[in-house]
Amino acid sequence: MTPFAELIERLVFCPSRNGKLRLLADYFARVPDPDRGWALAALTGGLDFPAVKAGVVRGLAVERVDPTLFGWSYDYVGDLAETVSLIWPERPGPNRVPTLGEVVETMQTANRSTAPALVAGLLDALDANERFALLKLITGGMRIGVSARLAKVALAQFGKVDTAEIEELWHGLTPPYEDLFGWLDGNAPKPNVEETAVFRPLMLAHPMEEGDRAAADPSAYRAEWKWDGIRVQVAARGGERRLYSRTGDDISGAFPDITEAMAFDAVLDGELLVCQDGEIQSFNRLQQRLNRKKVTGRMLDEHPAWVRLYDILFDGDEDMRSLAFDERRQRLEAWIEREGPSRMDLSPMIQFSDWQGLDDLRTSTENSAIEGVMVKRGDSPYVAGRPKGPWYKWKRAPQTLDTVLMYAQRGHGKRSSFYSDFTFGAWRPAEDGGRELVPVGKAYFGFTDEELAQLDKWVRANTTDRFGPVRAVSQELVLEVAFDSVSHSTRHKSGVAMRFPRISRIRWDKPASEADVLETLEALIAD
Amino acid sequence: MAQIPPHPASWLRVTDRGLHVVPGDLYVDPARSVDRAVITHGHADHARPGNRAVLATSETLAVMDARYGNDAAKSKQALGYGQSVDIGDVSVRLVPAGHVLGSAQVVLDYRGSRAVVSGDYKRGLDPTCTPFEPVSCDVFITEATFGLPVFRHPHAGDEVAKLLRSVGLFPDRAHLVGVYALGKCQRVIALLRQAGYDRPLYLHGALIALTELYGELGVELGEVRPVADLTKEELKGEIVLAPPSAIADRWSRRLPDPVVCAASGWMRVRQRARQRGVELPMIISDHADWDELLRTIDEVDAPEVWVTHGREEALVHQVTLSGRRAQALSLVGFEEDAAE
Repeated sequence: MTPFAELIERLVFCPSRNGKLRLLADYFARVPDPDRGWALAALTGGLDFPAVKAGVVRGLAVERVDPTLFGWSYDYVGDLAETVSLIWPERPGPNRVPTLGEVVETMQTANRSTAPALVAGLLDALDANERFALLKLITGGMRIGVSARLAKVALAQFGKVDTAEIEELWHGLTPPYEDLFGWLDGNAPKPNVEETAVFRPLMLAHPMEEGDRAAADPSAYRAEWKWDGIRVQVAARGGERRLYSRTGDDISGAFPDITEAMAFDAVLDGELLVCQDGEIQSFNRLQQRLNRKKVTGRMLDEHPAWVRLYDILFDGDEDMRSLAFDERRQRLEAWIEREGPSRMDLSPMIQFSDWQGLDDLRTSTENSAIEGVMVKRGDSPYVAGRPKGPWYKWKRAPQTLDTVLMYAQRGHGKRSSFYSDFTFGAWRPAEDGGRELVPVGKAYFGFTDEELAQLDKWVRANTTDRFGPVRAVSQELVLEVAFDSVSHSTRHKSGVAMRFPRISRIRWDKPASEADVLETLEALIAD
Repeated sequence: MAQIPPHPASWLRVTDRGLHVVPGDLYVDPARSVDRAVITHGHADHARPGNRAVLATSETLAVMDARYGNDAAKSKQALGYGQSVDIGDVSVRLVPAGHVLGSAQVVLDYRGSRAVVSGDYKRGLDPTCTPFEPVSCDVFITEATFGLPVFRHPHAGDEVAKLLRSVGLFPDRAHLVGVYALGKCQRVIALLRQAGYDRPLYLHGALIALTELYGELGVELGEVRPVADLTKEELKGEIVLAPPSAIADRWSRRLPDPVVCAASGWMRVRQRARQRGVELPMIISDHADWDELLRTIDEVDAPEVWVTHGREEALVHQVTLSGRRAQALSLVGFEEDAAE
């Protein structure tokens, strides 16, 4: 348990992706099976101990500590697991520290009536950091800023293999992943998961710049609309049906309407959308269905899901990824003809002869479900990752708004000495008859390093108030913010939320009074 | 018939200048300048400039001289550990507190009644100062900076080992450790030396004077160098010490992708570490933790405990549960974070 607790401790505070990768790879190299595999499962959300709830933990602590002191301590620390881990009275005498594997095995056998005593016994044998790791582990939600994707990249670095190989294996493996680690150590063959509905890493596109078009022969490329949903992989193999997000998260549970329609044996690439009466709906409608573990019948009726298909990776056993795009496209069309899947259709191709013509089509479409166009080389095989050249995305120009900087917060890692997270506002009528600024969004990119240094300097010189790492600034500086779309939000004071906001220009020249009003933003909401 | 000793409450007073010892007309760690002061140690919220006569250990006087120069005091009297001096009807003795170099508890005897003012103290390992010595008394006047049961400091040696492992794991980055200039800085250096780390340590300018003073007072700290003109390349893989205020600010931009560390008892609470942008918290404190506070109160075995600064209410609560009398003194002027 000691190395696992140390890892958690370091990851909790590590602000940089590279730092986390190094910590993880070091842990995988140092810690033997099965502990490292259980740690991997804990980090990727693959462990669940339903017998232990937060209330159990609190109850155990209050049995051992004066309730008044516990109350003051909890108020001070603010987190239950952390408070209990710190306040737990240490048992005098040498306790052998159990391994992570022993902890997992113990807790897997626990039920509601045996869990409290088992947890107490483990807490007695651990130190404060280990107790914290234990409590986070068994009450679910490590929340330490490590995504499943990051853990897989770390595995790949540790084993010196391609991340795509790990992704392909991932959903065919189970904790504690001894076969995976055996292969990464170089002591065992690569695990065989060919026949299952595992995730195959997606092929991604680069933004298409002016220079890319100048260098590219339009006749070698094909174009189709870029639909504004979420990119998914539809994988139905050997009787298994899975829907994966772009990063390989299994989202099948939230989309039973799609999995029900997957009565075939194939792996497909497409865009998940909401489609009602044959019309693709805005991204805001799809958002109602995302990030949910369970889905109600009403949600299924109100926001029916749909997949618009872009590509085919497997037709039955046949791996098509090495074929050219044009060939795969023919196969995809034939496949749809043959299978006639419900809740899915073909993404239509756009005919064009030169870049100017495609640009005209791209900018003139009024369909809010379209984000731009995708441009793909006709001879490109389906390659995992984001190779430069074969695929491009050419988005519609973003919308912009002139806002006023209101708050700035210190960044993390390399940016920890800079005020680099900016909250900006738009004007609205105030109760006293005048106008006031209301925050409409937050952005922490879009500017150059040089602009960041200027913003940092400006924030320091124009601070009006401080709240911990946040500074309020005098309402003077206008920031032009670019964003992809805007929607209603009940979580924000302004009632609106922007998608992908970024600072597009610093308007040193523009007086704050001339910044935009909230109404302008509200008028851009697409529903 | 023997006279009944007077209760310390009858001859010690809390005033807006600090704790007043009435029969000798002297103040312990006064918040404002007074005619006669006893100073427990050199941290700025305990040792303030401008008093007329100051009694303290020679090390504490040296720290005050280094910090305040001519303003330190008009007249200074050094007292060694264990020595006593009579001021009026009160006998004053200084006893090691284990907090920083020269730190002392003040033992006050008046007509058979004894009070001990702990100043700030700790019981953990510190190669740079003399360990705390418990003195039995009628009233023990204690600090309570970490007076909550969530504060239990781990072994300082383990925390330093954590730092050294991280240096091994990230050889292309500097490790920047936030430390207070008096005590923590030198203790961390000494602990690193004890752990076998013999490379030079690099110091922010604000830490140099007091570290040199420790050397002059006989505390061996190995080679230290100013960070001043070194390049990023030269600082890769090195350990740099700086005051807490510098670790997440512009000063740190001169370092190669620093791993920001902080050595403080407050690092026990994750939210505190996060607020300060710390990547590697090191729980190293110069104050007694919860268990040390309780153990010390048991050892001095005073029937009555007064709590000066920190989290008074929790300590008063716990001491009362254990059958002693306890109360919080509302002393002004002490800062929660000042010496951590």
